[in-house]
Amino acid sequence: MRRQLKILEYTLSSLIRRKAKNFSLIVVYAFTIATLGSVLFLTHALKEEATGSLTEAPALTVQRISAGRHDLIPTHYTTTIKHLPGVKSVTPRVWGYYYDSLIKANLTLIGSNNPPAELLLLDGNLPENPQECAIGKGVADAFGPAIGDNLVLEDNEQKSNRFKITGIFQAESSLLTNDLVILPETTLRTFFSMDPEMATDLVVEVYNPREIKTLAKKIKYLLPDTRPISRDEILHTYDTLFNWRSGMMLAVAIAALISFCILAWDKATGISATEKQEIGILKALGWETADVLTAKFWEGLVLSLTSFLLGILAAWIHVFVFAAPALVPLLKGWSVLFPKFQLTPAIDFYQLFVLAFLTIGPYLVCTIIPSWKTAVTDPEQIMRG
Amino acid sequence: MILHPGILSLLSGSLLTLLVMLIASGLGIRILLSWDASSSSEGQIILERKTWLVSTLVNYALGFQIFSAFLFIATAEDIHQLFVGAMCATGSLNANLVGWLVLLIKGILLFAAALWVILNRLDQRTEDCPLVRQKYFALLLLTPLVALDGYLQWRYFRGLQPEIITSCCGSLFSADGESVVSELAGMPARQAMLLFFSMTGTHLIVLSACLRFKATILRPLLFMTAVLMLFISLGAIISFISLYIYQMPSHHCPFDMLQSHYGYVGYPIYAALFIATLYGMLPGICQPLRQHESIEKEVDRIERNWLWFSLWATLIFLLISCWQMVFGSFTLLGY
Repeated sequence: MRRQLKILEYTLSSLIRRKAKNFSLIVVYAFTIATLGSVLFLTHALKEEATGSLTEAPALTVQRISAGRHDLIPTHYTTTIKHLPGVKSVTPRVWGYYYDSLIKANLTLIGSNNPPAELLLLDGNLPENPQECAIGKGVADAFGPAIGDNLVLEDNEQKSNRFKITGIFQAESSLLTNDLVILPETTLRTFFSMDPEMATDLVVEVYNPREIKTLAKKIKYLLPDTRPISRDEILHTYDTLFNWRSGMMLAVAIAALISFCILAWDKATGISATEKQEIGILKALGWETADVLTAKFWEGLVLSLTSFLLGILAAWIHVFVFAAPALVPLLKGWSVLFPKFQLTPAIDFYQLFVLAFLTIGPYLVCTIIPSWKTAVTDPEQIMRG
Repeated sequence: MILHPGILSLLSGSLLTLLVMLIASGLGIRILLSWDASSSSEGQIILERKTWLVSTLVNYALGFQIFSAFLFIATAEDIHQLFVGAMCATGSLNANLVGWLVLLIKGILLFAAALWVILNRLDQRTEDCPLVRQKYFALLLLTPLVALDGYLQWRYFRGLQPEIITSCCGSLFSADGESVVSELAGMPARQAMLLFFSMTGTHLIVLSACLRFKATILRPLLFMTAVLMLFISLGAIISFISLYIYQMPSHHCPFDMLQSHYGYVGYPIYAALFIATLYGMLPGICQPLRQHESIEKEVDRIERNWLWFSLWATLIFLLISCWQMVFGSFTLLGY
């Protein structure tokens, strides 16, 4: 133990003596780790955010499929589903997308008879009269109105409709409400020219979550033109999607890791004459090959851990303080009205473990052969040279 | 599925390890063919220098292997959310049965790797390195194992289909079933505890005896108690230790304890058990090697450390796994 500490002490002092060389290595190494770390941190945080917001999503959503595409669902399907044992409630939802050419963004319009339960973070109140609406933070920022102002939207027949803004959703819920416009259901039906007997989809609440799969099967059996989607399925999809996206990014970033390894190899091979002489003197003083190898191992570990700490610190600041400006467009998904949300700083030990395994391993391997070459050199030969 | 960050790093890690092991084996074969300890030719000196390279390469590779075993478990744990019906690593491993094989090989590699590294260190500390041939022969056996591990890992992750409905630990580790695991889970707690505590007790007694006496018979005995303790402890974890950790009378899963809501308590438990077994086995393994005088000297010097390691690790293992039994509110016995 004492011996190892002494060797470590020597290693540290020798690292400090060659500040410039090691500093440049640490900078590049930490940068590589920060790149990979940002990808992992960001996807993990986005996944958490998505999972958190989906916990309040309906347990089961039933859509109608016609000619292989999502279609409006007749509201009388509600009765059939309601009679299935285990179903708590069935609510038809009316919602749709609206492209606004002024701000060049898609808005989500939803009927207010059934605003999702988690959307209660509101300044003002939900619309009560036909010509009122509540809007998300992103919509408010894009158009610039306040509560009491009017929002002008063009309906299916290209006629302008004015809606008085009665409420704005607060920023905390902006991942869900950013591009949202809530209108009274009847107004929305007229706006979209939607048949009163139709709805966009049906939301099914179930007493026992374990019965969701069976109920989904029954619904599919009784109403073959429908597609039941459970919350778990959405969660799985999100998980797979984010894993895939971060894996994809990592695969790309591995190229950077490889080039870093080449640099590390090069740095480790090209040891200076003074360094060679130092090792020669150590060996002449009685150090064995094993000791030099141990010193080299400590050197690699100290460099790796320093860079690792700096790298994850940089990644943390990049993702959680600056909201990952370099990666967000690639990882977050497509939408024009991006919510400006603050990611909840969450660090998973597993992510750190993966990152350490991915970065420290290759670096250490790259330095084995050069360190061995240094360690076995003959002291006499070096001193003469 | 391959593009999961954990899987990517596991696969690239395996590839890297295999590469390093192949380089080491190539050098190992050359050393095996022309090693002559009595010669002082230039060729022999170069070979002696190369042994340092081989041992450094293998030390790193096998060190990764140890981390990779833990990362594999952690990854299986992490991806369980992707499968319908899975609640922990059991579900992910059930989703493609090759996973269990990977786990088994990783377990074997974990011990083989650690033993190689320790014995190599021992050999290199001597003047004449008497174990060179055995070591490099063992290395040639280890490399295919590493390759097999990498290949099976690839097969496992390739074969994972998210739409598979897998079974959770509740159904595999349950008392009603025909398998060995069910037998373990269904074993009366009192009997299981008796077996577990008498086994660990025996191990501790033999350990103390080894620390006190130099008798040759004690070392192989310790080897046996260490191996038996490993298997009985794994059985005990399924049988009753898990029940205390989860505070549930019917939940026997050995993997759930690796999750965050149990404070990752499984990792120190398994790590302590591994260290206790490994260092308990070493004095027994070194017994036949004592025929080499130089090795005997080294073993005598270092053996006490091994025994102390094993002793402390066993105590830590017992402390963590029995903490809930003594201080928790859950009672299993007495009804």
